Amino acid sequence: MRGYLQEHPILEFKRGKKVKFSFEGKEIEGYEGLPIAAALHAAGVKVLSFSQKYDRPRGFFCAVGKCSSCLMEVDGRPNVMVCMEPLKAGMNVKRQKGQKT
Amino acid sequence: MIDDKQRIQNFQTPKLQNLDICIIGGGPAGLEAAIVARSLGSRVLIIDDNPVLGGQLIKQTHKFFGSKAHYCGVRGVNIAEILSKEIQAQNIEVLDNATVVGYYDDDIIGVLRQDKLFPVKAKVYIFATGASENMLAFENSDLPGVYGAGAVQTMMNVYGVVPGKRAVVIGSGNIGLIVPYQLLQAGVEVAAIVEIMDKIGGYHVHAAKIKRAGVPIMLKHTIIEAQGKECVEAARISEVGGKYECLLGTEKTIECDTILIAIGLSPLCELLYQAGCRIDYVPELGGHVPYHTEDMITTKKNIFVCGDLACIEEASTAMLEGKIAGAKAHEALFGISRKSIEVAKQAKHELAMIRSSPFEQRITFGLSKL
Repeated sequence: MRGYLQEHPILEFKRGKKVKFSFEGKEIEGYEGLPIAAALHAAGVKVLSFSQKYDRPRGFFCAVGKCSSCLMEVDGRPNVMVCMEPLKAGMNVKRQKGQKT
Repeated sequence: MIDDKQRIQNFQTPKLQNLDICIIGGGPAGLEAAIVARSLGSRVLIIDDNPVLGGQLIKQTHKFFGSKAHYCGVRGVNIAEILSKEIQAQNIEVLDNATVVGYYDDDIIGVLRQDKLFPVKAKVYIFATGASENMLAFENSDLPGVYGAGAVQTMMNVYGVVPGKRAVVIGSGNIGLIVPYQLLQAGVEVAAIVEIMDKIGGYHVHAAKIKRAGVPIMLKHTIIEAQGKECVEAARISEVGGKYECLLGTEKTIECDTILIAIGLSPLCELLYQAGCRIDYVPELGGHVPYHTEDMITTKKNIFVCGDLACIEEASTAMLEGKIAGAKAHEALFGISRKSIEVAKQAKHELAMIRSSPFEQRITFGLSKL
């Protein structure tokens, strides 16, 4: 899968099994157990949500569940920190949109 | 509110009762604290919000330096493995994927794990919550593609995901020097490291390595704007004058899809505010830090601190602070023993050695202000 490091001079990546999940209705493949944000990023999805007031695009920022920049709707649950939430097969992931829409 | 109450389940399984010491944070400081306290005989629980222990060590692919006692020549990611194995060997209880969300009356902490909120009570707490990355204000700084440097490190070294094709790094402290090198290792081009000061902030060893790789370090420059529609497409940088003002006409555009902010860290001391510990503002130590003595005890006699939470420094010093906190927390409960005195004395001695280097004067000065 593109977006994933295959060879690295120091590290060896032990990844889980490949699973399919839905992002905005589109089917995307990712590795089970890695954070949802990693799967999205590897698939080229950088915009994770739109800000509440001005609808500005927001992406991955801190990777440690502190900054709230990556909050998304997962299986109907709002405000899930996708930089921490492990990916499972069949998850339904959606962007949260600002008040304008 | 009713819903919240319903969610507070009585999760106090027998496993989590009668705790002597609860350690919040399973990074280098917290793990060393746990190992020391457990080996002295305390009943210890570690709470960490990640699936694996090691904190930020798990993404550090560079080799540490210093003396052998401080894991010289060992990569951070391997130190995390060594410490985790020790935790297992000592049968130390670990609550992973769990976040401490509050410190309440009667010295109880609230823990959120898998959508369940439950209380945990220990006689003594060691906080080793670490730090979060500082943000920088510039135009479009919220655009996707602007990351904390540590976040990029996590993404490529832990998840194995490439952050982009071409990066610009803001800040030349140790993180700002190490992460671009790791970007190169992951096949990402690094256009430049931008530093507002007139000298490089981090260690010379790291700077020399990245310079040899051909990455320019632009001193007296800062970022003024991230450009792009939905994601970063370029960084606008400018030279600065003696008062760090942007010099008109010196602006340059660097094409890139990734901007890394590596301008420092701030201690995560929110829980300690709530617990009522005195928090002091000491810029040299990273901003708002909990007051603590050299025994790592705060103004509350049941709360100890260690690691980046106590003072933004290195993993090696965090581990030493952890050892002191572990030994002193055990002493607070069970009194002194020859071994506890020895461990704390040795760790304090090693800390003093590291901090006596001219490079660490800032820390010594900062600690003297507490």
